[in-house]
Amino acid sequence: MNFVAIKMLVGDRAKYLGILIGLTFSSFLITEQMAIFTGLMTRTFGFITDTSIADVWVMDPKVQFVDDIKPMQDTQLYRIRGVDGVEWAVPLYKGLLKAKLESGTFQTVNMIGLDDATLIGGPSKMIQGKLEDLRQSEGVIVDIVGATGKLAKPPLSPGGERIPINIGDTLEINDHRATVVGTCVVTRTFQSQPVVYTTYSRATIFAPRERKLLSFILVKAKQNEDIHALTRRIRKVTGLAAYSRDEFKQLTVNYFMKYTGIPVNFGIAVLLGFVVGIAIAGQTFYNFTLDNLRHFGTLKAMGTTNAKLLGMIILQAMIVGGIGYGIGVGAATLFGYMVKGTELAFRLPWQILAITGLAMAFICILSAVISIRKVMKLEPAIVFKT
Amino acid sequence: MVTTEKGKQPCDKVIDYSSVAVYCSGITKTYGSGHEVVHALNGISLEIYPGELMMLVGPSGCGKTTLISIMAGILDQDDGECLVFGHNYRQMREVEKTRYRGDTIGFVFQAYNLIPTLTAAENVAVPLLIRGMKRKEAIEKARETLNNVGLADRAKALPADLSGGQQQRVAIARSLVHDPKLIVCDEPTSALDHETGYKVMELLGFVAVCSGRSLVIVTHDARIFSFADRIARMDDGKIIGVANSPDKLTKK
Ligand SMILES: Nc1ncnc2c1ncn2[C@@H]1O[C@H](COP(=O)(O)OP(=O)(O)O)[C@@H](O)[C@H]1O
Ligand SMILES: [Mg+2]
Repeated sequence: MNFVAIKMLVGDRAKYLGILIGLTFSSFLITEQMAIFTGLMTRTFGFITDTSIADVWVMDPKVQFVDDIKPMQDTQLYRIRGVDGVEWAVPLYKGLLKAKLESGTFQTVNMIGLDDATLIGGPSKMIQGKLEDLRQSEGVIVDIVGATGKLAKPPLSPGGERIPINIGDTLEINDHRATVVGTCVVTRTFQSQPVVYTTYSRATIFAPRERKLLSFILVKAKQNEDIHALTRRIRKVTGLAAYSRDEFKQLTVNYFMKYTGIPVNFGIAVLLGFVVGIAIAGQTFYNFTLDNLRHFGTLKAMGTTNAKLLGMIILQAMIVGGIGYGIGVGAATLFGYMVKGTELAFRLPWQILAITGLAMAFICILSAVISIRKVMKLEPAIVFKT
Repeated sequence: MVTTEKGKQPCDKVIDYSSVAVYCSGITKTYGSGHEVVHALNGISLEIYPGELMMLVGPSGCGKTTLISIMAGILDQDDGECLVFGHNYRQMREVEKTRYRGDTIGFVFQAYNLIPTLTAAENVAVPLLIRGMKRKEAIEKARETLNNVGLADRAKALPADLSGGQQQRVAIARSLVHDPKLIVCDEPTSALDHETGYKVMELLGFVAVCSGRSLVIVTHDARIFSFADRIARMDDGKIIGVANSPDKLTKK
């Protein structure tokens, strides 16, 4: 009877395509919405991702997420270096500063100051120049999106293309001259300002004079040192907050989840994808069963047991669900591929595929169950009705 | 053993009056309740013998479809007894009853009820597939049966590509393919023009009644009365007369 079930399903091309389109659409919608959501959430900790060399991030205990700067005193660095299990510890400056462009306009930049001696925490991918070029006087490295976008120079003729700033160009940051010595790639974050790298000491010159300027201390653990034991020790000895890389990412995500509307709005969008998915897919499949009710009745009259009919409907649901899932997820992957490198955040880890799979299974089972109820309760005597 | 010979059939037409194929006694059936209640059957008693072709006639709404639905085990009566080859539907569990139908009953419907996405041969194979026969074997058997109803060349056609008469012949092949002992037909010719209807009836009369198989045919069609061994006339949920020939029936 499986053969009959399949033929009933695929025999009517128009209806079959209708169900498939419904399921494909919902599978696509769910996958795509979740991928964008995940992409956005990944962006919140983009800077932590880029600074993957550090095992542990040390900061003021009041810091709630990576862009939440609560400076510490420089002397904290030496206390951390004295903690057991610390291989090395370097300072990191992170702050929003006003830059005056050659055109005279102002642009806020996200200034990152790296340890002068080691330049640890620098961008992992340079486009032009070398990280070491930061040692040149006034040297800064700007991220490529900023260099071609917000920091770009005005066009030569009105209406022309803006000219990206390049090596040799200068900026003025808090009345201090900065010279571009390279461009780099950074992971996109929630902060839309251009990222400008320089050395720690130069960053503190650029920054407005304050008593405390140290944003983070990046720590490398000794080999075989348990990271969590180390963070606990740092906390205990210094009273500062210390997180492993993943903990800090989590802290950041949690902050955005809790205090910004973005996750809620996107959560609603995901939910909407889910509900629309269920509605479309469930409805089309349910309609299919209703359309075939008379045939199911005939099969029942001719001796097909409820259990067999159940099997037939589940098989039908699995076929359309499986194919719809496959095409939908495929389309979402393709979509992700196409928007790669654009403003749109899109991340598709396997977990999303699994969740979509579960969602599709849920949708199919639900619509099958509703349909099955109809068929189970079907009086075979309807077969004589015309 | 009392038998009636008719001689025209491709197999021996023998009515066995010593046993009973369908035994109905005092059957009642009402639909709905309260104000809406419809007394569809008001105490039906009727016996149909193995090998017999019984026709049920009567005005629309007199309960014919209700009666054959009960005989076929797809509807429960309120009261009275209905035994088919000695089996009492009321004593069977739902699954047993369903299986029993699959083994024992063939169905022919006024609206054919073919599955539109299956070919003629596949439609005919359905009762065999229901009983668990392998697809290849079932299709093979279905083709043979289609041959018997004169549709060997349309085995691969979809119902939509067949005429009404051809569709009903496919449906008849489907009702025969698993060799059931009782075939119930609800107005099998009323959707067909008279000539086609007559041919379909001829087919039912010739092919269906073999080896002790009984047929119950509900019909309005006076032209096919001559195929009946007996005709039961119903009115208002009751049987008002049973006769061996339409002439006797009308005289009554
Ligand atoms: N499912 C049903 N619900 C309510 N009334 C019904 C139902 N089926 C049949 N009836 C009523 O029962 C009576 C007998 O119907 P039926 O057996 O179909 O008659 P026939 O086949 O002789 O035309 C009619 O009055 C009909 O309206
Ligand atoms: Mg009727």
